[in-house]
Amino acid sequence: MEQNDSTKQVAAIKNGTVIDHIPPEHLFKIIDILEIGDMDNTVTIGYRLPSGKMGRKGMIKIFDKTEFDQTALEKAALLAPNATVNKIIDYKVSLDKDENGGKPCLPLPEKELRNIVKCTNPRCITNNEPMPTLFTWVDRGDWTIKCEYCGRKIKKENFELK
Amino acid sequence: MGKKSLVSIDECSKEYILEILDCARRFEQEPNRKLLEGKVVATLFFEPSTRTRLSFETAVNRLGGRVIGFQDASTTSSTKGETLRDTILMVNNYADLIIMRHYLEGAAKYASEILSIPEFSRGVPVINAGDGANQHPSQTLLDIYSIWKTQGKLTDQVVTIVGDLKYGRAVHSLIAGLWHFNPTFHFIAPNELKLPDEQKSFCDEKGIQYYEHTEFTEEIINRSDILYMTRIQRERFTDMEVYERVKNVYVLKLDMLNGSKDNLRILHPLPRVTEIASDVDSSPKAYFIHQAGNGIFIRQAILCKALGINA
Ligand SMILES: [Zn+2]
Repeated sequence: MEQNDSTKQVAAIKNGTVIDHIPPEHLFKIIDILEIGDMDNTVTIGYRLPSGKMGRKGMIKIFDKTEFDQTALEKAALLAPNATVNKIIDYKVSLDKDENGGKPCLPLPEKELRNIVKCTNPRCITNNEPMPTLFTWVDRGDWTIKCEYCGRKIKKENFELK
Repeated sequence: MGKKSLVSIDECSKEYILEILDCARRFEQEPNRKLLEGKVVATLFFEPSTRTRLSFETAVNRLGGRVIGFQDASTTSSTKGETLRDTILMVNNYADLIIMRHYLEGAAKYASEILSIPEFSRGVPVINAGDGANQHPSQTLLDIYSIWKTQGKLTDQVVTIVGDLKYGRAVHSLIAGLWHFNPTFHFIAPNELKLPDEQKSFCDEKGIQYYEHTEFTEEIINRSDILYMTRIQRERFTDMEVYERVKNVYVLKLDMLNGSKDNLRILHPLPRVTEIASDVDSSPKAYFIHQAGNGIFIRQAILCKALGINA
């Protein structure tokens, strides 16, 4: 199994979290978003690892940590919606399927994107006041969101993280 | 009745709209009622809009309330870098109600959120008097009142909207406000200024019948109960040749009304430029002349409703 092989490419982990199948170009941004630099935990980072599916990929193993800030995870999911997240407890993957039977991925925001994305409208209040942004999905399938303040609709290619 | 901000027409229920109309009619019969005696209303106009400000301030005065405020952001502390949040929190200490006009989109929603935080707020409601190109709900309620008053009802009206349907905020809001009442729409616009997909899918979702046209013909006018004319703005065009062609096509002239229904009324979210020829003014169907006068009554109703005052 590809999952196991790639996990073995870096040292085995007893307890912790493995975020795998990260597009390499987003790896360092996701390390930033998850504030991995500020943690005391041991972390192994794999950059441009060979991957059957992706060609090259990034991977992050965080030892002895399985809980993360939800907003940070959602933000990371916007960059890498297909990255997998495995929580490891005593060398075992604690959850290897999500509720739909697929691989557990980074969690895309359910209903709303709170302070994750910037509004592209320069005349939007959120770009002119020290305040969080708020978007709701117009279409989760094609990744269109709508600013709850100015009404501007933004497509995926124009997403800019806060 | 509790206090409640008015930020956007989208949040107005059918029930709310009908209550406002009823209340406005009572004010039309008797405009001078001291229902706001002892109340202070702040008009915060971060961008000037004389027409809207005078209408709101007249409404407050006729209700016996007092007005404080400013009408130009350059005279306030916001030019010194004060946040909107701080301005709102300050005024929250002085006034019982805030009427706000702002050049930024979403400003009124944000202000209403700040004022609903119990730690800061005295429960002061906000009325949005226009936030950039976004919302201007009192204007829309005024349009709806004008339809209701001139037609004697709101349901099943054939409403023809002409001109700039792409950028026209008033048009989009009118659709969002009228959908409760089973309208049939005719949208007449040049291809460059057609109604956006968003509004069309809104109509589809709500099961509203609409027809799109590029020709402004008497045949459509003759079927209409309401003819809603809008301004075509030169700055919307990159190609001036297209503008010159288009601006003369969507002009209403008196003789185009010859076969129209007796109950037809012509509305316009003023100011107008050239889209209604001056000979139309003499027609009893030219309601846009009287339309603005209704603004006082609608705004009196909105003020009372926002403050939870039975009127
Ligand atoms: Zn926005």
